[in-house]
Amino acid sequence: MSMFSLISPHLPVLTVLLPAFTAMLLVLIGDSRERLVLARRIALASVTLGLLLALKLALDANGGELRVYRVGDWPAPFGIVLVVDRLSALMLVLTQAVALPVLLYASGGWDSHGRHFHALIQFQLMGLCGAFVTGDLFNLFVFFEVLLIASYVLLVHGQGKERFRVGVHYVAINLAASALFLIGVALIYAVTGTLNMADLAQRVPLVNGDEALVLKAAALILLVVFGVKAAMLPLYLWLPATYAAASAPVAALFALMTKVGVYSIVRVHGVIFGAEGGASALVAEPWLLPLALGTSALAVFGALAAQTLPRLVAYLTIASVGTILASLGLFSTAAWSAAMYYMAHSTLVIAALFLLVELVASQRGDADSRLEPGAPVAQPVLLGLMLLLAAASAAGLPPLPGFIGKLMVLQASSGHDAQVWIWIVVLSVGFLTLVGLARAGSLLFWSTRPELAGTGTAAGASSKLVFATIALLVGGVAMTVLADPLKRYTDAAAAQLTDHRAYALGVLGGEGVDTTRPYVFPRPAAGGPAGQGTEGEP
Amino acid sequence: MNVSMEFLVASGIGWVTACGVFLMLRGRSFPVVLGLTLIGYAVNVFIFAMGRLWTGAQPIIGNGEVVADPLPQALVLTAIVIGFATTGFVIELALRSHHESGTDQVDGKEPGA
Repeated sequence: MSMFSLISPHLPVLTVLLPAFTAMLLVLIGDSRERLVLARRIALASVTLGLLLALKLALDANGGELRVYRVGDWPAPFGIVLVVDRLSALMLVLTQAVALPVLLYASGGWDSHGRHFHALIQFQLMGLCGAFVTGDLFNLFVFFEVLLIASYVLLVHGQGKERFRVGVHYVAINLAASALFLIGVALIYAVTGTLNMADLAQRVPLVNGDEALVLKAAALILLVVFGVKAAMLPLYLWLPATYAAASAPVAALFALMTKVGVYSIVRVHGVIFGAEGGASALVAEPWLLPLALGTSALAVFGALAAQTLPRLVAYLTIASVGTILASLGLFSTAAWSAAMYYMAHSTLVIAALFLLVELVASQRGDADSRLEPGAPVAQPVLLGLMLLLAAASAAGLPPLPGFIGKLMVLQASSGHDAQVWIWIVVLSVGFLTLVGLARAGSLLFWSTRPELAGTGTAAGASSKLVFATIALLVGGVAMTVLADPLKRYTDAAAAQLTDHRAYALGVLGGEGVDTTRPYVFPRPAAGGPAGQGTEGEP
Repeated sequence: MNVSMEFLVASGIGWVTACGVFLMLRGRSFPVVLGLTLIGYAVNVFIFAMGRLWTGAQPIIGNGEVVADPLPQALVLTAIVIGFATTGFVIELALRSHHESGTDQVDGKEPGA
C-alpha cells in the first residue's frame, strides 16, 4: 500500500486533476465515430474513479479529518489552498453520483449529437469539484468560470435555433454575474487584505465602522451573484428556458449547477458573514429567507402553468432551491443540516426527472414533450411507476427522502419568527408540486389519443437509458434507508461549519499571519527580525 | 482645484460601467457584447485599484521600503485572461445565433415581426 500512502495526501487536488486530465485526453482522442466507444469508456472509468475518490474523502471527513492541501506547499493565506471538510466531501460525492448515471445516459446516443461532449462534461466536473474544494474566494471565481465555460458549450450541444437563442441570454447573464462577482471579491480584498476563507472568517469580525459598510455591500453583491447561480427570486428568470432548451443529460447535470450557488452562499454568507461576523454579522439574513420562500412559491406556480415537460421540471428545480435556501436562511446548525440533506436528495430526483421526461417524450410521437394528449407511450407501466416515485419524492410524501428532508426543515424552523410562513410555503409547495406532477402524469399516461398509437416509438427506451434513470431514482430513494447515518453526517457537517477556530487552525496552521498595507519593510539594523512586514515572499 | 487620483480613477470606472450597463440593455447582441466588454474593463481597473493607488512604490520586493500590493495584479491578470476567453466565446455564439435565426436581435426575432 505504499503506492496509496504516496497518493493519499494529494487526494483533494486529484478531485480536480482527474477530470482535467481526462478532459484533455478526451480532446486528444477526439470523437470520431470509431473512437466514440473508447471515449465513452474513458469518461465512465474516470467518473467511477472520481466517485470512489469522493467517497474516500467523505469517509475520512466523517471521521472528523479536515484535509488541507497547500498547492506547491505555499503557506496558507498566500498560496492556493484546497480544503475538504464534511460539506465539501458531501458535495463531491453528490457531483459524481449525479455525473455517473448522466454520463451513462448520454452514452445512449446524446453524445454523438455534437462534438467533444465527453471532454466538456469532464471540464464541467473539474469546475464543479474545484468550486467545492477550494479554500479561497478568488479560486471559487476561477472554478465558477471553468464550469460556466463548459456549460455554455454543453447548453448548445445538439444545436438548433432555440438552444442558440437561450444560449446568448445564458452567457450574457452569467458574464454580468461574473463581473459582479469580481467587484464583490475585490471589495472584500480591499477591506480585509485576504481572500482565504479561513483567514476571512478571522478578519471580518474585526472590521468596524465605515469599512464594515463596504464589507456589507460586498457581501450583498456576492449574494446577488450566488442568487443568479442558485436561481433565487428575482434572479431565476433565465433558468426555465435554459434548462428546458438543453438536451436531457445536460439539463440533468445542470441540476448540480444551482447547488454551486447554494454552496457558495453557505460558505460566504453562512460562515464568513455568519453569526460571528462582528459588525457585518448575518448581513444576508433579512434577505435570504423571504426571497427563498418567494422563490419556492412562485416557482411552483410556474410548474403548474408549464406547457412542456422539461419546463415543468425546470420550475421544480427552482422550487427545490427555494426550499434549500429557506432552510439556510434560518441560520442554525439544525436548519443547515436539513438543507444539506434535502439538497442531496432533490438534486438526485431533479436529475432523474430531467432524464425521465425525455424518455417519456420520445415515445409520444408528435406530441413530444408538450403537455397535451398525445400518442400512448410504449412502456406505460415502467415509465409511469418511475414518474410516480419521482413525483412522490419531489413532493415530499412519506416515507420517501423528500418527506424526511422537509420534515427536518420544518422541525428546524420551530421557534423562528417566520415559522408560520415557512410551514405554509413548504407544505403548500409540496402539495402543488404533487398537483403539477399528477396533472402531467395523467395527461401523459391516461389522457392519451389511442388513434395515434403507433406514431410514437414502439420499441420503448433502450435498457441503458432506463437503467441510468433508475439508478438516479434509486440513489434518491436510498437516502431514506440511509437517513440515519446521513443525518448524523449532515449534523456534523453543519456543526463543523460553525467551528471557525478549528477551521482556521487547520488551514492557517495557527492564528494566521498579520498583513498590513502598504507592505513596509524597515531595514533591520543588523540581522534583526524583518519587523511586521510579513509578506510571505521567500 | 485639487482633484485626488482616487476621485479620477473612481469616476472613470463609474463612467465606463455606466456605458457598459447602457449598452448591455440594448436589444441587439452586438451592443450587448460591447457592453459586457466595457464592464469587464471597468471591473479589471476596479480590482487593480483595490490594492490602493500608490505612487513610487515598488511592484516587487527590492531595495525600497514601500512595496505595492502584488496580489491585485495577479488577480487582475487572471480576470483579464478569463474575460478575454469568454468575450471571444460570446462573440462566436452571437454570430452563430445570428446565422440560425437570421437576426441580430437577442430574442431571435425582429421587433414587430
